[in-house]
Amino acid sequence: MRDVAVVSFSYSTIAKEQMRNEVEMLAPVITEAIDASGIARSDIGFTCSGSFDYLQGGPFSFVMGLDAVGAWPPIRESHVEMDGAWALYEAWIAIQTGEVDSALVYGFGKASQGNVHEIMSLQLDPYYVAPLWPSMVDLAALQARAYLDSSGLSERDLAEVVAQAMRSARDTPQAIRSGEPSIEELLAAPYVASPLRDADIFPTTDGVAAIVLAAGDLARSVNKRPAWIRGLDHRIEPHSLGARDLTRSESTALAAKHAGVASGPIDVAEVHAQFSHEVLILSEALGVDPSIVNPSGGPLAANGIMSAGLVRIGEVAQRIMDGTANRGVAHATSGPALQQNLVCVLEGE
Amino acid sequence: MTEPLVARHSLEYPGGYTRSVGDVVGRYLTGLRDGRIEGARLADGRVLVPPTEYDPLTSAAVSVDDFVEVGPAGTVVTWSWVANPRAEKHALDRPFAFALIRPDGADTSMLHMVDVATPEEMSTGMRVIPHWRSDRIGGVSDIEAWRPYKDGDPIPEVPPLPFSENMGDSVTGIVTSGRLDYEIAAGESTTRFLLGLAEGKIIGGKAVGSDDVYAASRGTDPTTGAPTSISVDVSDTGVITTFCIVNIPGLSDLAPEIPYVSAQVLLDGADNTFFGLIRGCSVDEVRMGMRVKAKWLDQLTTDHGSIEWWEPTGEPDAEYTDYKDYL
Repeated sequence: MRDVAVVSFSYSTIAKEQMRNEVEMLAPVITEAIDASGIARSDIGFTCSGSFDYLQGGPFSFVMGLDAVGAWPPIRESHVEMDGAWALYEAWIAIQTGEVDSALVYGFGKASQGNVHEIMSLQLDPYYVAPLWPSMVDLAALQARAYLDSSGLSERDLAEVVAQAMRSARDTPQAIRSGEPSIEELLAAPYVASPLRDADIFPTTDGVAAIVLAAGDLARSVNKRPAWIRGLDHRIEPHSLGARDLTRSESTALAAKHAGVASGPIDVAEVHAQFSHEVLILSEALGVDPSIVNPSGGPLAANGIMSAGLVRIGEVAQRIMDGTANRGVAHATSGPALQQNLVCVLEGE
Repeated sequence: MTEPLVARHSLEYPGGYTRSVGDVVGRYLTGLRDGRIEGARLADGRVLVPPTEYDPLTSAAVSVDDFVEVGPAGTVVTWSWVANPRAEKHALDRPFAFALIRPDGADTSMLHMVDVATPEEMSTGMRVIPHWRSDRIGGVSDIEAWRPYKDGDPIPEVPPLPFSENMGDSVTGIVTSGRLDYEIAAGESTTRFLLGLAEGKIIGGKAVGSDDVYAASRGTDPTTGAPTSISVDVSDTGVITTFCIVNIPGLSDLAPEIPYVSAQVLLDGADNTFFGLIRGCSVDEVRMGMRVKAKWLDQLTTDHGSIEWWEPTGEPDAEYTDYKDYL
């Protein structure tokens, strides 16, 4: 295996971007990531993006996104119809092949242009589930109740998760939500889909994120302290919700095992928990204490659809690059109720 | 900066989206149409409801020979309350619960709705029974919703279907519908371009330090990714770089009568080509290098439709070397 590291990271979020289109949101973030990487744009070996056409209701939105990259002379490029974290996985594989030594990875999406909770229903089983039109929040609520029933925890425990996320988010410039809500205040709010309240659910977010990866000596030559990817794995569970154990995340636990999460101490964890109960389910699956999870506030503070998973990797990498952490784990998810999960272990030298 | 434009559009498949369902799903849906819930018995003895073509744990094939009847009563495994049903999406027009329900005799659960008036009537572990529609067609909505059930109470009758000649046939397909509405923000550059069209102008952009001008820029120079922050007026005359003669009728409601010509036009003062229809001459006369000019609509709008088509100017053709880099 080749040593591959994150050498730069940039992202931006906004609740509802009405001034700029996707290309105009992406261009400055991609430029910032490339400039910070120390690698010339023309020297980047591979480009891979993650986006979701149904967010704008038109096909091939990733082709338009390329306008922000600069694709002339022609570049090596690929795309996943998933969060940018899976684009990073593909880029990491591309570097492993030895064909390239660096990669630009980005994810983008404007969730505010439609009803994102319903748009995500288009990924469901079209025969048995999609015709009933459960939203992604309805399905998350089924998992939340199953988890609370089985764990003996209560809605108060979910409120504690929200309060911690909001306090942590106060130091995150990209946070859409942050503050110091009291538990009583949180529990007094009405349900959106019981047992979930508005604060238990990610805020609708338009967001873009970019990461530059580099291999071995190139990474060392451009960055004083690259964030090395020590393990990267993703696993998926059956799509049928009733055939899964919703009270735990077996796919996260298995990916964590193969990524080597437990083979060293973890200083920081960023998980792609779009709902409060997912912070607890994912912490258990990763084997980390919830108190070190999501120092950025996580997706409860800002959740750019198709970039928030990549942001988790970036948030951990940034803390390693700036020396505030030595070893951390990042998680990204895809599909309803944590169906598919990616785990990335990062470490300083 | 002018207020950016926002376009409203909808994504919908007129008449619905038609899917073939195959043997296993078809057998299950046929059961629902006939008022029966079935599952598939897997190799290890578990009963999978709803059945899929393959065992979700082992991927062993599932056959219609493995089908067993389950229910009709079942148990709520987990649930969430929908206080505000969404019109045109949900089958019920009143608050209800989404629930995973495990029918008696099954080892897995199915997503469906429970029809009670208040969330206080819902609980994990509660017993429920299907309330069947009388107009069943072979789909998950043949069960209108599940209702609370007390063990020992009589099982409600399944309303018979009205007679039809193909009532014994197996279900082979479903049609699903749905509509999503969007508000797409054009962004700064596209807004500038579209507002220009409303004034009969074609506006492009170029990046600092570059001479390349892009008509209808999306905000960047696509070769470098640099922002096209400098606004440039582009001519409404240009050269046909390439074209095709369309002989396929009915490609879209907006398409003219066949045969017609679609072309790429390199605008004077721009470094990218622009799509347009060519009219004002016979299709046989259209050629690469032909000089054309925009025919503007009388009532201009902030829409590509402001340019109705492009027509020949009568000027001498451009040399191939002048446009060969834009093919």
